[in-house]
Formats: sequence, C-alpha cells, structure tokens
Amino acid sequence: MTLRAILDRLLLMVAVIIIVSPALLFFIWMLSLSLKYEVDNAAYPPILIPENFAWQNYVSVLESNRFPLFFGNSLIVTGTATLLGLIVGVPAGYGIARMKATRSAIVILIARMTPGLSYLIPLFLLFQWLGLMGTLWPQIIIHLVITVPIIIWIMIGYFETTPMELEEAATIDGANRWQVFRHVALPIAKPGVTVAFILAVIFSWNNFVFGIVLAGRETRTLPVAVYNMISFEQLSWGPLAAAALIVTLPVLLLTIIAQRQIIAGLTAGAVKGG
Amino acid sequence: MREAAASNAHPSARSPWRPPSYWPFVLPAVVTVSAVIVFPWVFTLWMSLHEWTVGGSSSFVGLANYLRLPGDPRFADAVVHTLYYTVLAVLLPLVLGTVSAVIFHARFPLRGFLRGIFVMPMMATPVAIALVWTMMFHPQLGVLNYLLSLVGIPPQLWVFEPATVIPSLVLVETWQWTPLVMLILLGGLAAIPAEPYESALIDGANRWQMFRHITLPMLAPFLMVAAIIRTIDALKSFDIIYAITQGGPGTASETINLYLYSVAFAYYDIGYGSAIAVVFFALVIGLSVLLLALRQRTKWTEMGGAAL
Repeated sequence: MTLRAILDRLLLMVAVIIIVSPALLFFIWMLSLSLKYEVDNAAYPPILIPENFAWQNYVSVLESNRFPLFFGNSLIVTGTATLLGLIVGVPAGYGIARMKATRSAIVILIARMTPGLSYLIPLFLLFQWLGLMGTLWPQIIIHLVITVPIIIWIMIGYFETTPMELEEAATIDGANRWQVFRHVALPIAKPGVTVAFILAVIFSWNNFVFGIVLAGRETRTLPVAVYNMISFEQLSWGPLAAAALIVTLPVLLLTIIAQRQIIAGLTAGAVKGG
Repeated sequence: MREAAASNAHPSARSPWRPPSYWPFVLPAVVTVSAVIVFPWVFTLWMSLHEWTVGGSSSFVGLANYLRLPGDPRFADAVVHTLYYTVLAVLLPLVLGTVSAVIFHARFPLRGFLRGIFVMPMMATPVAIALVWTMMFHPQLGVLNYLLSLVGIPPQLWVFEPATVIPSLVLVETWQWTPLVMLILLGGLAAIPAEPYESALIDGANRWQMFRHITLPMLAPFLMVAAIIRTIDALKSFDIIYAITQGGPGTASETINLYLYSVAFAYYDIGYGSAIAVVFFALVIGLSVLLLALRQRTKWTEMGGAAL
C-alpha cells in the first residue's frame, strides 16, 4: 500500500466516525441519562458513566401499575391496525399491480402528503358521533391511515416485479383468481409482505399526534403516556429517560434486526406515515 | 374471499383468455381508503364552510372562515415560521445527506452495522427522542452547552429563546431525517456507471472535479426526490415541535400545523380549523407540484423514477 492509499483509508474512517457519531452518541447519552440518579444527572461537568447505576429508574417505570395498560394499548392499536392493513392492503397491491392501475395509487401519494391533523378533525367528530370515544377503536381505525397506504404502496412495487408466467400456468391448470393469489403470487411476494409489515408496525407504534387527541386516561398508547409523564407526573430525568428508552426500544431493536428489509422498503417507497 | 372465487368462475367459464376481474382484491381497500382517507378530505372541505363547534350547532357561513385567515396575525406568523423551518429542514439534511451518502458508498469494515446505527434516529419514536433532546437543550444541566464550552462557545438558550428556537428544532429534525436523504442518494450512487469516472481519471480530473461534474449531475433526479419528500415532511412536522416547545416560547415556534392543532383541539373552533387544514393541504400539494415540475426540468433518468 502506498502512503496515499493509507492516508485515504484513514481519512475515510475519520469521516465515517464523524457522520455516525451524532446518532451513536445520542443513544449512548440517552442510556446514560436513564441509568443515573438525580445527583449524577444534575452534575456539572456531566457524567457519562456513573459510579452507581440507577436500575431503579427502570424498575419504577416497569412496576408502575399503569405501564402494562399503556403497553397493552400500544400493542392492540399497532397490532390490529397492522393486521387489518395487511388483510386489506396486500390483496389491493396485487389487484392494482395486475390491473396495471398504478395511476390509482396517486390517492396513496396524496394521502402521504396530507398532514395527519387534517384526518383528525373529521374523524374525531365521526368517532364522537358514533360513541366510540373511550374505547381503543378510534385509534385503531385512524392508524389505518398510516398502515394501509404504506402496505399498498410497497405491495404494488413487489407484485409488479413478480413474474406472470407461473400465474398464467396455474390459471390454465384450472386455479381460480383467489387460488392463484393465495398459492402462487403471495408466496413469491413474502419478502415484500415482511417489509410492509415492519414499516407499518414502526410508523404505527411511533405515532403520537393521533393519540394526543383520541386517547383518554385509559386508552393512552406508550408515546402519549410518555408525553404525559413530562407534563404532569415526572420531573426527574432518570425515570423519564428510562421510560423514553423503553418506549422506543422495540422499534430500535427491529431497526437493527431487520435493517436490510427496512432500508429496501424505505428506498423503494420512501413512505412515512402520519 | 369466497366472493373472489365466485365472481370470477363466471367469466372464465365463457372465455378463458379474457383477463379476469381483479376488483374483488381491490374492493376492501377502496372501501377502507374511502372511509378513512377520502371521507376526511371531503368532510374537512364541508366543515371549512361552516361555523362549527364541537357538540354545538353548525351553520353555513360560506367562505367566511377563509376570509378570516389574512387578518389573523397568528396565522401569518405561523406561515412565516413554517417556511423558515421548512427551508432549513430541507437544505441541511440534503447537504449532510449527500456527504453521508458519498461516505457510505465507499467500502469499509462494519459498513452494514454502522449504516443501521446511522438510520436509527429516523426509526426511533419521535416523542422519546424529543424528550431526550429537551434535556440536552437545558441551559444549565444540558450536555449541549457543556460541549459548546469545550470549544469555547458561550452557553446558548436553545429552545428557550425565541431567536434560536427554530434553528434548534431544525437541528433535531436534521439529526432525525438526514438518514432518509442518505438512503435515497445511496440508491442513486449505486446506479451510476463506472465509465465516466474511469475516463475522468484518465483525463486527470481530481476528486472534487469528479464529484462536481459527474456525481452531482447524475444524482440530480435523486436529489429532487429527496427534496420533495423532505419538503412534505418538514411542512408537516408536528411531533418534535409539539413535544419539545408546544409552539413556544410564546408562539415563536408555532408552525401552521401547531396552530391548526390549537384552533381545532384547544379552542374547538372546528370550522376555522378546517379552513386552515384546507389551506395547509393546498400549500403542501402546491409546493410538491412545484418541485415535481422542477424535477421534470432536471435531467430525468430511469433510475430516478425508481426512487419515488
């Protein structure tokens, strides 16, 4: 290796460290905040690694009697909205791709551009009128605004690239449309379903704006619960940071585990919910 | 599911070669999208023409809600804040995203893992992130002022001072969304052929010249796509601003979205809120179409189309 090549290598590594450090240091600092007692969090200069770890920050969040409720709410809202989104969106992506009706997807694009609040006003009135407030249904239904477009958009892309020959052969063998979809098209598009599922889960889990309006005391999802901690219940940083980390941990783990699928989905669709 | 099979047994029995109907596959989505997406659009338009309060009565007022907008100083301020925020929150991620994409395009150990870390800010729960940033912005106890002190910069008030609140929020938005720009551009870089670089090397071009005259023009379609997506998202930004400042101090960081939220869900002035929603929607669509038109004028390539 010439001196020039070694220098290039070194420069590249420095550049990589510089661009990755804001993300890395932020999450390390988040972890540090969540593991420190009040004294250490108020220290100047700031302490990165404390002498005593405040594990009780996590214990107090996890043991609070409301936490299982909010966690369950998040799980039900995201789970149901994603499941319904898949049931509705995967066949739709298939139908649109096969009908070559990709122009109709412009609705999805406009939906992507619409500010989340514009859905919230009319649907809020509708839910009140239907007497659904106080249940989880308003949030489940409005989360469809996030999950359905992402899933349809990604599935159109996948079904457009899957080969038609197998489907034609199955049709000639006497399979009907549904059987062709279920036994030929769907298995091939499985990676696409995975991508759509992961992105729908993440953006639904992260959603905050729908929850602050539609959630009552008993129907808060985790992001709303954490926000309410800041404003009402909790002022010390340790437990707050611990709660924040717990809320976002499932998503961060999913990002690391399914990194390749997420990146594939985001670059293909560049969709984001809400 | 049963209907799908039934509706399609019929035509295929008559003429096996006619493409059968795919409508049964699409129908549930059409119903869902109509109910949760199209209905709210139409209903918002309808409400914007009415004096409407939650639980109260409503009366038709024509365009009165829209005519209130020009004379509403808080709305005018919100428009200015939104544009200021958007310009910064589009340009900074675009510049930093381009730099990061060029770096991540190179080969180095742990590339996949480091890319995963780099992408984490955009996937993390915004409220959770906002909470930690709020602590970091704290003028006395926050880590940011400590870091500034290390390089000799006096402490700042960050989000607690009207003059710096929007740039500070843009800092968070940039930290969060630069990865998306990077990913889009990384796809673009992968699609650039090697030949132009090879001939440029033979001609003795240096690295900056190659970046300026080959990479940048070839990336232009992808940069436009990233700019459009960033513009839409920056205009719509809500979670971060609401969770960190709620539009404050005072109304210094109140964007249209934040003002819309207050009007509709704090003052329950549904008619006026709907009018703001319609104008806001028109602004987002208008700016997106403007950028799309610009994109048609930039060099269009097949690869650029694949990114949107």
